[in-house]
Parts: sequence; structure tokens; C-alpha cells
Amino acid sequence: MGRKNDGVLKWTLIAICAIFLFIMLILPLIYIVATALREGFGAYAAALSDEYARKAVGLTIKATLWAVGLNTVFGICAAWCITKFNFKGKKIISTLIDLPLTVSPIIAGLIFVLTFGRQSFLYDYLKAAGISIIFAVPGVILATIFVTFPYISREIIPVLNAQGTDEEEAAALMGAKTFTIFRKVTFPHIKWALLYGVVLCTARAMGEFGAVSVLSGHLRGKTNTMPLYIELLYQGYDFTGAFAVSSLLVIMAVIVLALRSILEYKGKKESEQDR
Amino acid sequence: MAIKRKKTRVIPGFGLSFGITIAMLSLIVIIPLCSLVVFTAQLSFKEFWETVSRPRVLSSYWVSFSTALVASLINAVMGLILAWVLVRYDFPGKRFMDGLIELPFALPTAVAGISLTHMTVSTGWVGGFFAKFGIPIAYTKAGITIALVFIGIPFVVRSVQPVLEKIDYQYEEAAQILGFSHARTFWKVIFPEIFPALISGFTLAFARCLGEYGSVVFIAGNTPYETEITPLLIMSELQEYDYASATSIALIMLFAAFVILFINAVLQSRASKKIGKIA
Repeated sequence: MGRKNDGVLKWTLIAICAIFLFIMLILPLIYIVATALREGFGAYAAALSDEYARKAVGLTIKATLWAVGLNTVFGICAAWCITKFNFKGKKIISTLIDLPLTVSPIIAGLIFVLTFGRQSFLYDYLKAAGISIIFAVPGVILATIFVTFPYISREIIPVLNAQGTDEEEAAALMGAKTFTIFRKVTFPHIKWALLYGVVLCTARAMGEFGAVSVLSGHLRGKTNTMPLYIELLYQGYDFTGAFAVSSLLVIMAVIVLALRSILEYKGKKESEQDR
Repeated sequence: MAIKRKKTRVIPGFGLSFGITIAMLSLIVIIPLCSLVVFTAQLSFKEFWETVSRPRVLSSYWVSFSTALVASLINAVMGLILAWVLVRYDFPGKRFMDGLIELPFALPTAVAGISLTHMTVSTGWVGGFFAKFGIPIAYTKAGITIALVFIGIPFVVRSVQPVLEKIDYQYEEAAQILGFSHARTFWKVIFPEIFPALISGFTLAFARCLGEYGSVVFIAGNTPYETEITPLLIMSELQEYDYASATSIALIMLFAAFVILFINAVLQSRASKKIGKIA
């Protein structure tokens, strides 16, 4: 077994990986940008400044802000509650929090239709109160929250578990208030994990398709998010438009990947300093 | 007991964090799930069975299952090679490759779907090449498989990578000193160690592929009996406001997902017992 043989194997395997990733991951990205710009920059800009495109972007941002905001509050509370205290039913709660990850997006949409749709007992009350959830903006927001539900708590929980409860106990015994403990003791530890969770949550919230598709009702300019608008354009054979709107989401994905590397690096560096 | 409990809770904020957690969990997960259970209870078994055993539904199970299986097997092999390359070798662009793995999580599925479809139709960059040999990709099961391979790439890599990083080089060295060949060292020493992680990555990818909708719906062509996946069937029942049929098919899918995750859990606990015995 010579060194030469190792080198051949090494570079063969690296080449296989590089070709696989290039065809499966990079080529589609290049393709999106190339197709979006094939009719020139003017057509690209026109597709993006279309009224419905702008409305779709607006709704996507709105749903994303709701999902990220609420899931951040939830994620921090759930992580605090699960890692700092012992109580009965902890396992059930963790399982339920992670459940949205294993459910198909279509089924996620379906359960909300069953909850708030016409055959639900809630429907009469909601109708009397003048609230529409299904085929309206609240439905889109609910679906987005559901599919991104565990994203932030999942990132924080392992960090808090590894850190233990000693520091918080010491702070509490010295008389610190809840929010002081959180701000001064806990938060510095989870800072990067929390940010990473927010980044992941944002990416998924902006891109959710299946669940939102079930609940939105596809009203152009009203309940169409960016991915749904892309579907509409694509099925209407407006490929330049579809790929132009897609290119915005590609930019978002690239930013997410870059941020991920940075946050992971910062988190690692800090946990090494702690030791 | 009451006193002891108070003692263990030195840290404040239990009431507040527990309250918010339970309130949001109920609103977003528990109540919708309960409505699924309530609605299911109203279905008659005969009706349920007739819906889920219609020939068109049965063939959609097969399309979903076979494409998800092939895609996850491809990902298991490629994921193993990728994890190996990323852990064991140094080469220019390694960090870039490592970051790229996560792209399927970051890129919206609908965007991936239209891009892969447009690339593989007979006029596209890749589809045009294969069309010369008379092989269609888009709107066939091969197309669905490609979309699912895209979706599943990160799962196996990310579950095998950390285990491979932790393996001690000592065992390999010992095996080599004892005269094992490289291939034999890999299969006898390294592979058993990473096997549980490989299985868990495979099952996660498989479960995800079964439920995938966004990226597949464009490339599938959605011909009944041939390229119609189960999630799409649920979607079309929903669009016809046939909630009973949609729920029935969804229950079969949920059941399948639970079986897959259960098998994984059993395999994992058996593997950890085996390792425990050796140690």
C-alpha cells in the first residue's frame, strides 16, 4: 500500500463529490440567474417591479416577521423551561415541539384547514366575529409559524444543556431577578445559537411552499407569497418572471449560507474560550 | 415532596416560560392536531378504507415510496463519500464544499423545483443532453428522484460527519499493523462505527422525501398512476373540498412516517446496546 495509491483514491473521491455537488446544487443556481437575465436586465427589472410581485414580496416579509418574532419568544421560553427545570411531561413537550419537522407540509396545511375550515365547530364563532383564517393572510402566517416552529428552540436547547444550571443558580441565590439572570448570564452563552436559529427560521419562513399553498387560496396580490407567486408565473409560462422572483430567494439562500458559516465559526471560537 | 420541589427550583421564571411555551404549543400544534383526531373519529372505517385503497391512491403510494427509497439510497452512498471527504481530506475549497451541503435547507423548495424542472426538460441544459439518447428526465419518475436527491443531500452528510470526526485513528492503525488492507479496515473497523449514524440520516432523508411537495410538484408532471405522488393527491382532494378523503390519505402518510421513525429508533437502540457490549 503506497502513498501514491492513497493520493489516487483521495482525489478520485474529491472529484466525485465536486461533480455531484456541482450538478445537483450549483448548476440549478446558475440556471436560475441565467434564465432570469436571458431577456436582458430590463425585462428582469420589469418582472420584479410588477405590482403583484411587490405585493408577494410584502406578504412574504410580513409572514416571515411574524414567524420569526413569535418563534424567537417561544424558542427562548421553551428552551429555558426545558433545560433549567425538571418537571413531568418534559419529554412529551419536546416531542410535540419537534413534531412540525416530521409532518409533511401538505398535512400541516390540512390540519389547519380542519381546525378553522367550514366543517370545524370554530367556524361559526369565527364567522360571527368576522375573522377569516383559511384562504386569508392569517392562515398564511399560521402555516409559516407551524413549519418553522422548532427551528429556534432546537438551536438553543443543546447549548443550554451543555452549559448546565450552575451559573443561573448562583445568580439567583445572590438575588438576581429573572430578566437580569437571563440578560447577564444566559444570553451571552446562547447569542450565536439564537442568531443561527433566527437565520434558519427566516430562510424556511420565506421559502415555505406546501403548507402555505394549502391555506392561501392563491388570491393574486392578496394571499400569494413569493413561492406561490413563482408557481403562478411558472405555470403561466412566464419563465423570465418566475426565475426573476426566484433569483431574489437565491440571493437570500446564499446570504443564509454565508451567515451560517460565520455564526458557526464565532460560536465555536467562543465556546473554546470558555474552556 | 412539595418542599423538596421548591428547593430544586432556585432559578426563577418557571411559571412565565412554562406558561408561554404551553400556550403557544397548544395554539400552533396541539389544537390543530386534536382537530385532526376529532375529524378522523367522524369518518367511518368503510369510507376510510375505500378512499385509501382506490387504485389511483395505491399507485401514488408506490410512486412516492419507490422514488423516495431510490433517492435516499443514492444520498446514503453520496452522503457517506461526502462525509468521508470532508472529514479525512484537506483540499482547496473544502470550507466552501462544507457550506454548500446546507443549500437544500436554505433554498426554497419551489425555487429548486422550477429550476430542476426547467433544466431537465428536453430543451433544458441537462435534459437536452439526455434527450439526444432518448432519455426523458422531467415529468418521469427519474425527475422526481432527482428532486428528492436534491432535498435529501444534507441529512446523511450531517449525521455521519460528527461520528466520523470522533473515531480514534488508533483502531485503524492497529488494523493496518495487523495487516488489514485499506478496504478491509474500512468495512471492518470504521463502517460498523458509523453505521447507526448512516441509518439515522437515511431514515430522516427518507421520511422527508415521502412528504416532500414543493420541489416535486413541478418536475413530476403529475400523471395519475404514473408520476402522481401521495402529497399531491392530498392537495387535489383539498382543492375539491373533499376533506374526508384528504384526511384519510394523510393518516396513511402519517402512519408511514411514524413507522419509519419507529424502525429507526429500534435500530438505534440496538446499535447502542451492541457498542455498549463491546466496551
